[in-house]
Amino acid sequence: MSVDKTTVAKIARLARLNVPEDRLEPVANELNGILDWIAELNEVPTDNVEPLASVTGHALPMRDDVVTDGDCVDRVLANAPEGASGFFVVPKVVE
Amino acid sequence: MSDLLDLSAVEARAALDAKSISATELTSAYIKAAEETASLNNYVLLTPDHALAMAARADEKLAKGEAGLLEGIPLGVKDLFCTTGVATTACSRILQGFTPPYESTVTANLWAEGAVMLGKLNCDEFAMGSANETSAFGPAINPWQSAEKIDLVPGGSSGGSASAVAARSALMATGTDTGGSIRQPAAFCGVVGLKPTYGRCSRWGIVAFASSLDQAGPFTRTVADNALMLQAMASHDAKDSTSSVVQLQDVMAAVGQGVSGMKIGVPREYVMDGMDPDVMALWQQGQDWLRQAGAELVEVSLPHTKYALPTYYIIAPAEASSNLARYDGVRYGLRVEAGSLDQMYEATRAAGFGEEVQRRILIGTYVLSAGYYDAYYLKAQKVRRLIKQDFDTVFTTVDALLTPATPSAAFAVGRKIDDPVVNFLNDVFTVPANLAGLPGMSVPAGLNADGLPLGLQVLGKPYDEASLYRVAGVLEQATAFTATPTRRAGGAK
Amino acid sequence: MSQLVTGRTGDWEVVIGLEVHAQVSSQAKLFSGASASFGAAPNENVSLVDAAMPGMLPVINRECVYQAIRTGLGLKAQINLTSVFDRKNYFYADLPQGYQISQFKHSIVGAGVLRIVLADGSTRDIGIERLHLEQDAGKSMHDQHPSKSYIDLNRTGVALMEIVSRPDMRSAAEAAAFVRKLRSILRYLGTCDGNMEEGSLRADVNVSVRRTGAEFGTRTETKNLNSLRFIQQAIDYEVARQIELIEDGGTVDQETRLFDTNTGTTRTMRSKEDAHDYRYFPDPDLLPLVVTQKEVDDLAAALPELPDDIRDRLINDYGLSPYDASVITEERDTAEFYEAASAGQDRKLVANWMTVELFGALNKSGQSLSDCKISPAMLGGLVSLISDGTISGRIAKDVFADMFETGKDAASIVDEKGLKQVSDSGAIEALIDAVIAANMDKVEEYRGGKDKLFGFFVGQVMKQSGGQANPGMVNQILKSKLDS
Ligand SMILES: [Mg+2]
Ligand SMILES: [Zn+2]
Repeated sequence: MSVDKTTVAKIARLARLNVPEDRLEPVANELNGILDWIAELNEVPTDNVEPLASVTGHALPMRDDVVTDGDCVDRVLANAPEGASGFFVVPKVVE
Repeated sequence: MSDLLDLSAVEARAALDAKSISATELTSAYIKAAEETASLNNYVLLTPDHALAMAARADEKLAKGEAGLLEGIPLGVKDLFCTTGVATTACSRILQGFTPPYESTVTANLWAEGAVMLGKLNCDEFAMGSANETSAFGPAINPWQSAEKIDLVPGGSSGGSASAVAARSALMATGTDTGGSIRQPAAFCGVVGLKPTYGRCSRWGIVAFASSLDQAGPFTRTVADNALMLQAMASHDAKDSTSSVVQLQDVMAAVGQGVSGMKIGVPREYVMDGMDPDVMALWQQGQDWLRQAGAELVEVSLPHTKYALPTYYIIAPAEASSNLARYDGVRYGLRVEAGSLDQMYEATRAAGFGEEVQRRILIGTYVLSAGYYDAYYLKAQKVRRLIKQDFDTVFTTVDALLTPATPSAAFAVGRKIDDPVVNFLNDVFTVPANLAGLPGMSVPAGLNADGLPLGLQVLGKPYDEASLYRVAGVLEQATAFTATPTRRAGGAK
Repeated sequence: MSQLVTGRTGDWEVVIGLEVHAQVSSQAKLFSGASASFGAAPNENVSLVDAAMPGMLPVINRECVYQAIRTGLGLKAQINLTSVFDRKNYFYADLPQGYQISQFKHSIVGAGVLRIVLADGSTRDIGIERLHLEQDAGKSMHDQHPSKSYIDLNRTGVALMEIVSRPDMRSAAEAAAFVRKLRSILRYLGTCDGNMEEGSLRADVNVSVRRTGAEFGTRTETKNLNSLRFIQQAIDYEVARQIELIEDGGTVDQETRLFDTNTGTTRTMRSKEDAHDYRYFPDPDLLPLVVTQKEVDDLAAALPELPDDIRDRLINDYGLSPYDASVITEERDTAEFYEAASAGQDRKLVANWMTVELFGALNKSGQSLSDCKISPAMLGGLVSLISDGTISGRIAKDVFADMFETGKDAASIVDEKGLKQVSDSGAIEALIDAVIAANMDKVEEYRGGKDKLFGFFVGQVMKQSGGQANPGMVNQILKSKLDS
């Protein structure tokens, strides 16, 4: 499983990272170096092993259905690069 | 002034209670120390006005006899913790100009116990790195120097925290540890650093790197200070679903309890090619000290140890690629204007994230993408279970484990290594504890041939921080580590 | 009833599956304490968690979990005691986290079934594949500024149940019946208000066509349809488009399409070149969601009786027609009204009065049952006056109109207006004698064999009585007099 320029372009697009054309090749090489090293894991037999996502061992705590938050437009928008009349503003989205 | 800076937190608390010093005095000394050692670049933001106001409040509390655990203790905060009204950047350009309107649970706990905030500490960008060289503010510098007097890295990602505590420009500091980011810099800087059990300290309000691995913890100069700070930081937090409900033990009491009767495991897999021979010698020395103090040392095996790093370098980037998706130029931080929304996203993120962060986002995106999930991410989760099971098994027979903290001492800033994998190897001894959620602690245990500090790591069962403090207390006593870095405040420059 | 669609080259079978997003009725959002209510000022119902500020973490709302379980129970579905929240990663302006928290591999509710009722009153069981909990996204407004979009995060993080059907439907009418029935169940349960206009309930329709008995064809997904009419229009359009495409030698692309409410047509989403790769993985900020069997049992025990069960009871125990039973049980308030109105009365007669007169009047006046002046007891009272012969069915219609208008009860109206049915045989005989005397020529014709004239005499007598004569008695006495 080797990463090529096209794959780098594809994942860069998925990650919304602008990777310039002349960087695609070097990035592909770097990623391949890491992925080759990671491939060491294939030595480990894991056929009957359950994946482990969280180590805490307890179940998800649940909260009561009470409104305790919100109503803080000023705090929500305080750091916005662009806002107007209580909205966040972004370049126009065309569907 | 230098004698004020030499007080441990426990000693300072006693002096504050006895009114022999004031919080304002102590804080002023640390503000001056931080300014004096500014060339170490371990602070990215000093907040002296903030600090003096907090110190004045602490003095009032002390006068009224209402002192908290850390009343009047000046400390630094890794720039990953959100602090109300004080810029928080995760040392990334993408959070440029971000001022949180909220306080992280951990720092809120510290302020509630009377601690004083000196400022925000340097770290690797989004905590991704092991040398504090990926920071948008430039590298933090280790106050220790070898004979050649070249700048050394403090380790990372919490490099600024370790550097400041070692340089006496903070009496203590917060850090976070995702793959060793507290323990490795603590070892490099000759200070005490604890990564608590996953869930012990709330993650709420801390900029996330890899959520299933991230854990906040204390940096201090002594083991007792460390226990004191942990008591203040730790809490169950209903705002963090992964927060532990298990009560913290009396860790202060554990520090002096000794190790008599404890069974301590020495994992045979914790060696690697190219390891500093001084590290091996110190590890042996540490075992002898513990044996002399009445512990039984046994060799144990953690067979999946060598797979921990590759496992980590799948899971951490995968989670990070998703955690960092929120930095999109819409609601806070940097925005680079470009034609369409997607172009704005791509331009903003390319300009805002540094090289290492981008590399990890790409790796993480790749291992989760269609067709590769099973081969990488799912595989890593399975190996993660095997790594955890290794620990579960040995902890049925031993109370704690003793290992080296790092394969080597601190290295030179700017050391050019083309292969990113070589940099990853710094974390080889620390990463397994993150994958398994265990508490781990780095204790300064001696100097190498170049006069640089080395640390030993103690690992324990989940929620059993007390055993770590028992072992660390004995190591601290036995080491009698009195060496100090050359570039410390109040010391020789 | 054949469901096949005839094309140029032969018959086609339509295959439809639905994904319905139903907003959970709750006070607060799924993972934050902000209000889930509708219609607030921009970004007012937004917490720092919803805005995905750095370091913010999700904590789940128990009531939303319970609402999903109640719904699962209402769909006779398997409840999974352990389920997992995953992140669905994609970038969009109204998705602040850069991912939606959803359930991918392990949903809280598994397979179930929904019984739909067709126009002729017959029923069909449609399979439910799963129900999972997830977060809603915010809203982008594109018409406020020539070059900017405005983002409101009030909906961000509101709890949704995504209910996925099996591809069991074979016509637009069945799909509409599915949504109507699902909406009915959700409203009975109180787990979703079912308000399609406000977007509380919206459907994605997956449509494909095939020759009978062939493998499934390639399907398209048309997103976010928020009315029964749009659902049917979108399906009809897609079916016609796909058949024409295939018959012209083309192939259907598996794609997501948008519905144009103005033209009733669907079109390819423009952003489709950006193939989605959602990179689902378990959300590391959350732990597995675990509920106990006892919690599920307690929720089951507290569930209201559901429309299918009430419908069966109405048919089997009360003898109602499947059609009346379906109409009455579609809404919980209607069923409750009926139960109250018909208690101790002629059940079928009450059903009749409800479905014909009451619903007719409500329809005409645009009122809903809740603002109607006629209470269940009042409707029962009217029917009881019919049953005991106090008034005739014809008079009852006038009384009903009066009740609907004034809110007075039937007995007082009958009293005030003297509408009591005449059942005094002497009085009726006198009326009949008068009618016979006045129409001797017709009596002769009748007696000569023109049987049809009997109706004429009944009509005359009723007219003379002002409609108040007991029709049964009129018939009986008239017959004996004419035939003697
Ligand atoms: Mg869908
Ligand atoms: Zn959905």
